Amino acid sequence: MSKRLCFAALATALSLAMAAPAAHAATPKDTVVMAWQLDGIITFDPAESYEIATQELGTNIYDRLMRYEAEDPTKLVGGVAESYTVSPDAKTFTFKLRPNQKFASGAPITADDMAWSLQRVVILDKTPAFLFTQLGWSKDNVKDLVQATDPNTVTFKITEDLAPSLVLNLMSTFAASVVEKKIALANEVNGDLGNSWLKSHSAGSGPYSLVSWKADESVTLEANPNYHLGPPHMKRIVVRHIPEPATQRLLLEKGDIDIARDLTPDQLTPMAGNKDIRIESFPAANTYYLGMNLSEEHLKNPKVREAMKMLVDYEGMVNTVLKGRFIQQEAFLPLGFLGAIAYNPFSLNVEKAKALLAEAGYPNGFELEFTTPNLPPWTDIAQSVQQTMGQAGIKLKIVQVELKQELQIFRARKHQLVLNSWAPDYFDPHSNADTFAHNDDDSDTPKIKPLAWRTHWYIPELTKQTLAAAKEVDLEKRKAEYAALQKTVTDTGPFVIMFQNANQVASRADVKGFKTGLFEDFNFYRTITK
Amino acid sequence: MVTVAAPAAVTNGEWVRRVAGPFRRVWRLLLSVVLTFLGLTCVTFFIGRVIPIDPVLAIVGDKASVETYNRVRSEIGLDLPIPVQYWRYLLKVLHGDFGNSVITSQPVLQDLLRVFPATLELSLLALLIGVVFGVPLGVIAATHRGRWQDQVIRFGSLIGYSMPVFWLGLIGLLVFYAKLGWVEGPGRLDVSYDDIVPVITGLITVDSLVAGEHEVFWNSIGHLLLPASILGYLSLAYVARMTRSFMLGQLKQEYILATLAKGLSPFRVVWVHALGNIWVQLVTVIALTFGSLLEGAVLTETVFAWPGLGLYMKNSLFNADLNAVLGGTMLVGVVYIGLNMLSDLIYPLVDPRARERR
Repeated sequence: MSKRLCFAALATALSLAMAAPAAHAATPKDTVVMAWQLDGIITFDPAESYEIATQELGTNIYDRLMRYEAEDPTKLVGGVAESYTVSPDAKTFTFKLRPNQKFASGAPITADDMAWSLQRVVILDKTPAFLFTQLGWSKDNVKDLVQATDPNTVTFKITEDLAPSLVLNLMSTFAASVVEKKIALANEVNGDLGNSWLKSHSAGSGPYSLVSWKADESVTLEANPNYHLGPPHMKRIVVRHIPEPATQRLLLEKGDIDIARDLTPDQLTPMAGNKDIRIESFPAANTYYLGMNLSEEHLKNPKVREAMKMLVDYEGMVNTVLKGRFIQQEAFLPLGFLGAIAYNPFSLNVEKAKALLAEAGYPNGFELEFTTPNLPPWTDIAQSVQQTMGQAGIKLKIVQVELKQELQIFRARKHQLVLNSWAPDYFDPHSNADTFAHNDDDSDTPKIKPLAWRTHWYIPELTKQTLAAAKEVDLEKRKAEYAALQKTVTDTGPFVIMFQNANQVASRADVKGFKTGLFEDFNFYRTITK
Repeated sequence: MVTVAAPAAVTNGEWVRRVAGPFRRVWRLLLSVVLTFLGLTCVTFFIGRVIPIDPVLAIVGDKASVETYNRVRSEIGLDLPIPVQYWRYLLKVLHGDFGNSVITSQPVLQDLLRVFPATLELSLLALLIGVVFGVPLGVIAATHRGRWQDQVIRFGSLIGYSMPVFWLGLIGLLVFYAKLGWVEGPGRLDVSYDDIVPVITGLITVDSLVAGEHEVFWNSIGHLLLPASILGYLSLAYVARMTRSFMLGQLKQEYILATLAKGLSPFRVVWVHALGNIWVQLVTVIALTFGSLLEGAVLTETVFAWPGLGLYMKNSLFNADLNAVLGGTMLVGVVYIGLNMLSDLIYPLVDPRARERR
């Protein structure tokens, strides 16, 4: 008996040893395998999705009314639409669809599909609905306001005063994707317009279709032969959920994945000399800032706020601990956004800061509680800030908390100083202006809680300017208005705006053409070759 | 009449003892299970209510309006008094409804059924490794007490005991996967073997054999081997240490001397008589080890991108997904209760005295 067991064990070991090397081939030639922390996926439905991962994947699955294409991500061009006209009063928008476009299923894309897809977002009233309700659309009026006027034309009206550039940018969000009405309705449950089915299936016309999503495991996409710009180079895209960055690195070095998305400096630095691997850094659109609480007596004093802005080693951090991952940008708009200005008036200047603190009546500084998330790079930034502020006598007591918990503290205005980041919702300056420079109701029960409210920065006048900029029809004037807003917020606001982040992507040397953009909306898989 | 009734009463009493005895035992067992279960729901529920993370915010996101926030808050019943919330929670759980997970938006029960087999497969193999190697090593250490064999085994289990599994996992991957190529990498299968085998039990090894896909089977074994060995090493360390100390206790007993004096071979004395006597204690140790393997898989699953219960629970915790955390905790708790019942049932098989007491 024991001999037989021994033999079985030996046989198992031998066959494993022989089987193992054969299986270690590189990834298939027509498939790209990407490792990414995918744990946030909730749904692939464009009318509900609001997570980073599905926004990116969805960009590659669905086409949308307007879009920024891979070839020039600074230009808004037609997606499903070929051209558009805006009425002189900027209230009526008419879109002509490209002829002969098809869904992945092979069915033609009609104006009815497009209009229905827009209505659907408002009717379902999930998270992205707010993008369109700001146009004045509601469940009751959207069917009248958004219509297919003929099989090739979508016309909609807006009831709010908004700049056409803002409206068109909203039409380039993932929510403005065209969904195949027939398929969605065929899978409708209890009048949900296909919402539950579209959580894990696709009915789009983008370069890829969703084949499978296994939560916490993988997402598989397959090329759509009907895509209007021609089928993409890669037949299949497999995104694997690999939570641990060190594991991603091993897989990449071994060639079992083609692209790793979540490597940190610990992994990237030692790989710098590896010829098989290419590391690239692309600017992204998150703004990292310190948020003060103006209910604190010291912080009410503008001189103190100015001094604190001089007590951060912006350059030093960007060149050392944050190298490759952050860009210095002290204005609230990330570079690359409409109206963004490269505006960095502050740099580390301890002497000047000390003088300002003395003028403000705090020659010996003061103490503040500094709430920060408990993970790098937050912890790295916090330590540097604590050290430089300390040089002028501002003693920061760091309180590390979980990111979600910090958000709660900040939203309840229970912080003194907080380290946080802001990710814009859509590719328009209003998304950021509306949070950094909007607070005309500082009561404890406002309708929304923009960052200016969370910091107790009561700015009724500036709020008017923000709302006016959102309505400005003249593009050049609009840009100038945002430039002024950014300067005011950076110079006088309760924010120490520091950085714009960058994404680092490591790929096998033979895999080319994958860039990440400012937004997930600009991360195209169709350009990847290998 | 009285004299006739008396023997009948005796047989009745006998009957009552024979039938009611086991009933009473079952009843007592059930009662303890129900009480444990209630305690478990109570503790998990209240822990869920005191953690400083807002579950509503986790659902609606940072940018939601106050109206949406309040609507969702009352939708999930957080505006009700805590005892009412608990009562509603309990009723739902009794109907097998753990609510929907925030991060997967699927019913939690469905999620658990999906992720649990991955963990089960991993921990069963780990347990097998732990027991098959741990028990003999423990016995050898005890019989060679103080000599080099004992030292080596004790040192080996000390390392297994004290090394962080996270580190062991990464080093294991670096050596056996990246450098030597002996095992497959992280995940349960290679990408090219995905979606070939239909899901029946969720255990890929079993499903692939049922489907007759031998390549898939070997690939999954290749993926299992390293994480299972690392988890198995941890349980081996514990099992070996416990076996050693139980054995030392036995080897001191006088019956050992007696059996040796009777002329039985030392091999038989150690491996049959002494080992036979510690199985009761070992069964408990093994059951507990299995339980801790289930929860201890969290870090291993993170390193190995293993889509099991540990990874699921970690994600749920980090995303303040209360329903999923409570559901997962409940599952682990129920498995513990089950293991306890199981070891209670196994005792009589390995210990004649426990049989007597029945």
